[in-house]
Amino acid sequence: MVGYSLLLIVILSLVAYYVGRGSARRFAGGAGSDKVHSLPGYHGAFIAVWVGIPAFVLVVLWASFQGAMLDNLVISSLPQAFTDGKSPAELNLALSEIRNLASGRIFGEPAPEIRAAAERLLAWQHIASWAMVVVAAALMILVLVFARTRIAPRFRARNNVERVLSALMVFCSVVAILTTVGIIVSLLYESIAFFRLVPIHEFLFGLKWEPQIAIRADQVAGAGAFGAVPVFAGTLLISAIALIVAIPIGLFTAIYLVEYADDRVRNVVKPIMEILAGIPTVVFGFFAVLTVAPAIREAGGLMGIATSPNSALAAGFVMGIMIIPFISSLSDDALRSVPRAMRDGSLAMGATASETMTKVLLPAALPGIMGGILLAASRAIGETMIVVMAAGLIATLTINPMDSVTTVTVQIVSMLIGDTSFDSPKTLAAFALGLVLFIVTLGLNILALQIVKKYREQYE
Amino acid sequence: MADVALATRDVPTPEFQTVRTPDPHPRPTKVKADNVKVFYGQKQALNGVSIDIPVKSVTAFIGPSGCGKSTFLRCLNRMNDTIDGCRVEGEILLDNRDIYDASLDVVELRARVGMVFQKPNPFPKSIFDNVAYGPKIHGLARSKAELEEIVVSSLQKASLFNEVKDRLHEPGTGLSGGQQQRLCIARTIAVSPDVILMDEPCSALDPIATAKVEELIDELRENFTIVIVTHSMQQAARVSQRTAFFHLGTLVEEGPTDHVFTNPSERRTQDYITGRFG
Ligand SMILES: Nc1ncnc2c1ncn2[C@@H]1O[C@H](COP(=O)(O)OP(=O)(O)OP(=O)(O)O)[C@@H](O)[C@H]1O
Ligand SMILES: [Mg+2]
Repeated sequence: MVGYSLLLIVILSLVAYYVGRGSARRFAGGAGSDKVHSLPGYHGAFIAVWVGIPAFVLVVLWASFQGAMLDNLVISSLPQAFTDGKSPAELNLALSEIRNLASGRIFGEPAPEIRAAAERLLAWQHIASWAMVVVAAALMILVLVFARTRIAPRFRARNNVERVLSALMVFCSVVAILTTVGIIVSLLYESIAFFRLVPIHEFLFGLKWEPQIAIRADQVAGAGAFGAVPVFAGTLLISAIALIVAIPIGLFTAIYLVEYADDRVRNVVKPIMEILAGIPTVVFGFFAVLTVAPAIREAGGLMGIATSPNSALAAGFVMGIMIIPFISSLSDDALRSVPRAMRDGSLAMGATASETMTKVLLPAALPGIMGGILLAASRAIGETMIVVMAAGLIATLTINPMDSVTTVTVQIVSMLIGDTSFDSPKTLAAFALGLVLFIVTLGLNILALQIVKKYREQYE
Repeated sequence: MADVALATRDVPTPEFQTVRTPDPHPRPTKVKADNVKVFYGQKQALNGVSIDIPVKSVTAFIGPSGCGKSTFLRCLNRMNDTIDGCRVEGEILLDNRDIYDASLDVVELRARVGMVFQKPNPFPKSIFDNVAYGPKIHGLARSKAELEEIVVSSLQKASLFNEVKDRLHEPGTGLSGGQQQRLCIARTIAVSPDVILMDEPCSALDPIATAKVEELIDELRENFTIVIVTHSMQQAARVSQRTAFFHLGTLVEEGPTDHVFTNPSERRTQDYITGRFG
């Protein structure tokens, strides 16, 4: 029924558009048409938006509240004798049985009261859906007739449509902002619940992370320790390895492309970089687990270095490859936006291409390059898939890249899969980790954008 | 302008003679260009320019927009090498040495032939570092004190020192446009070149800053050979000893400045300086 209603809205809006345009055309062509305020199309759009949007809102609201209203009706229609002495939970159970029955799923032998209620529910649902269509149609026709009377040569249809459209856009951006705020609030809410169980200083400064505590009394597990330092240290170690791999490669790629490569090379290298940027991270994860990690283990074995099977080096190296395009394309932009006059000035002084690069172009582009590196770092810190597949699960506090470490994102994933309960510190700890991670990457992003913005102004 | 353009385009090879008026007291030649042709890809921008540029004097290039003044100027320090698809033919001698010869390094050439651009382009470094840039990359100073001496004397020669002596370590981009341009001149003379090329050095400056730069050019003439491109007839008349008039990729007339401005031998020169086209 919702589908039919939406179809009806579309059709009636179209009709409204043509009606509005048609009646506006009648005076637009005639004498004194220079006094007409808006083009006929705007009159059509004016009626169409006023017919379509309120009806659409009505249908959406109706569809979302219909279920709850009918549930209440059904419960109150149950005979006194049946509901007497039943707890709310039992009533809820009865309600879901009624709903199941109404949609044709029968379990066992339902009581006669339930059967009767299910039939009532079916009938009401039928009525309600039709009522929705009829009410929506009536509303649209009413609006259509009313709006049609507003159309006149001096009617400001264009401004009206413009206002409605801008309101629509404001609405959309408000939705996006509210969603973000909602996410942050829920993170905060759960984190505060966690900090009630585990003191915040213990979480931020504790050196031991053993979150796999028992959820049910019959499980065998550790006592639990929620010191996040080893987890963040693991994230830092892997991100640092990633940056050590990505910064030189990305930066030198950018320098080469800007200053030395001719057009032919550039036309090959740039698309390849874009392909690299488009590879799904799960594929990088495969690469890390199946190719890089065994190779590092073997190399370590040959040199007599003890290497863990899922070493930080493997995960960090592959993550580094993933963020190369970030660094190279942002550095490329930064180098390119150094004015040509700088370069010419240096070359005209008799500087070579590489002197010009290191003494003039790089220093001038440094803020932009720094911004790019910080953005890439926040990507690396928040990256999940590669480390879930390639990094370890045990939180060890180490700086040895051959060891296995775990990261914040890996811990969040491992805490929220499998047996969970929303009042155990194990589950809530995931939110606390997420909150800190969010604050860190947000800080990095703000810093990066600030730097990039400042340097943009430098030449303009 | 249209009929002139048509006339030259109809001639298959524009093999016409440049009208030359010698100096009453000729000076030795510093730069000698012989039949220089420049191509941007397929397009020819200069059709055989020959000129002798005398030492320790100011030579002005004038002519309508797009006639190839900057192109020719950039040939003299091989800045055209940095433009993709640009090709230079002919011969240019600096002190009787071919600057396009393989044995001559561009780095060496550009240290001897400096360039000042239309828009002031100080590096985003301190005033001191801007001037020290050239001496550093060419290894002209053996000690810090020597470097400082070069910087100070270059700033003095560019008549900028008194204005900036208290803020040598502040960014060069923080100066006014006219000061920036004089900083660029100081930067150029810091490597003690023989020749200084200036491409419309005052077109981004106000009249007072322009007057200062013109005064400076007049002083620099004692030690350097200067070639300046300008769109201002008055400026050419004020600062230069010789003037060369370019039109549509050819050098139409060259001679002593007062002769070119008061009594040009070519009809087109006359038309241009009296403002009839261009
Ligand atoms: N980089 C380039 N690529 C292609 N063509 C160019 C390039 N630079 C200049 N040209 C062309 O060469 C011709 C001469 O240009 P040039 O810049 O030397 O003129 P100009 O006399 O300096 O003009 P203006 O007074 O406007 O500076 C013009 O037709 C121009 O379009
Ligand atoms: Mg020019």
